[in-house]
Amino acid sequence: MERKTKVHAEDNRHDILIKREFELPLNLLFKAYTEADIFEQWMNTKVVKFDIQKHGSFRFETTDPSGNKHGFNGSIHDFIPNHKITRTFEIENSPFPVQLEFLEFEKRSADTSQLTIHMIFKSAEVRDQILKLPFTQGLSMALNRLEKIVNNL
Amino acid sequence: MKLRRDPFHAIADPTRRAILVLLVAQTMTAGAIAKNFNTSRPTISNHLQILTECDLLKKEQHGRKIYYQIKPEGLKEIASFIEPFRKLWDDRFNKLETIMKNYQSEK
Repeated sequence: MERKTKVHAEDNRHDILIKREFELPLNLLFKAYTEADIFEQWMNTKVVKFDIQKHGSFRFETTDPSGNKHGFNGSIHDFIPNHKITRTFEIENSPFPVQLEFLEFEKRSADTSQLTIHMIFKSAEVRDQILKLPFTQGLSMALNRLEKIVNNL
Repeated sequence: MKLRRDPFHAIADPTRRAILVLLVAQTMTAGAIAKNFNTSRPTISNHLQILTECDLLKKEQHGRKIYYQIKPEGLKEIASFIEPFRKLWDDRFNKLETIMKNYQSEK
């Protein structure tokens, strides 16, 4: 299977680069980031606040498989339609400091576009911990599932 | 035993990830592991071979049976890898693409 999304993370650095090419015209890709109901669908979350414009802010809440709610929020620092969004992003009730994200939207052809996200973290340690989150979550979710199966035997 | 493979390669495959998850909870024989999958026994043996070569699993002989178990130090090492993070974003972006393609055709 082709790896469409590329993540570039160099050792001992406090940033990462995410790149993805979409089979979508640029304006549709951008729309997925600015319309609350569309954003909710692909991020699998519930939007609480969604003021996507310069000096605006956003907040969303995701419910995990155990029913716990996790809040996320950030502020928009720069907003140029179909071109870029510069924002902060924070995981609420976590030890992780806020991160800075530069999103660049580019047209590749009439039907394709590219998104580059440059994430900047407070330190290389924080970056590595955040990179590990999906791994540990995936593992613990799989373990919980296994536990349920075993308990039902 | 030679360590010729990259652990990144080991966790790139969903079956091998699933084997690791199974073995986090307990040690198992190749036969017991294979029962959890719809793939053939030789395929599972091949996956186990790769995971062992990547230093993520070790084999222990108990009588006639060979049990596989996780090597925690190897697992700790792959915890720093970015593959699950990449996968998370890849899944999200695939969904975004599908939703917007539908959105486009509805217009």
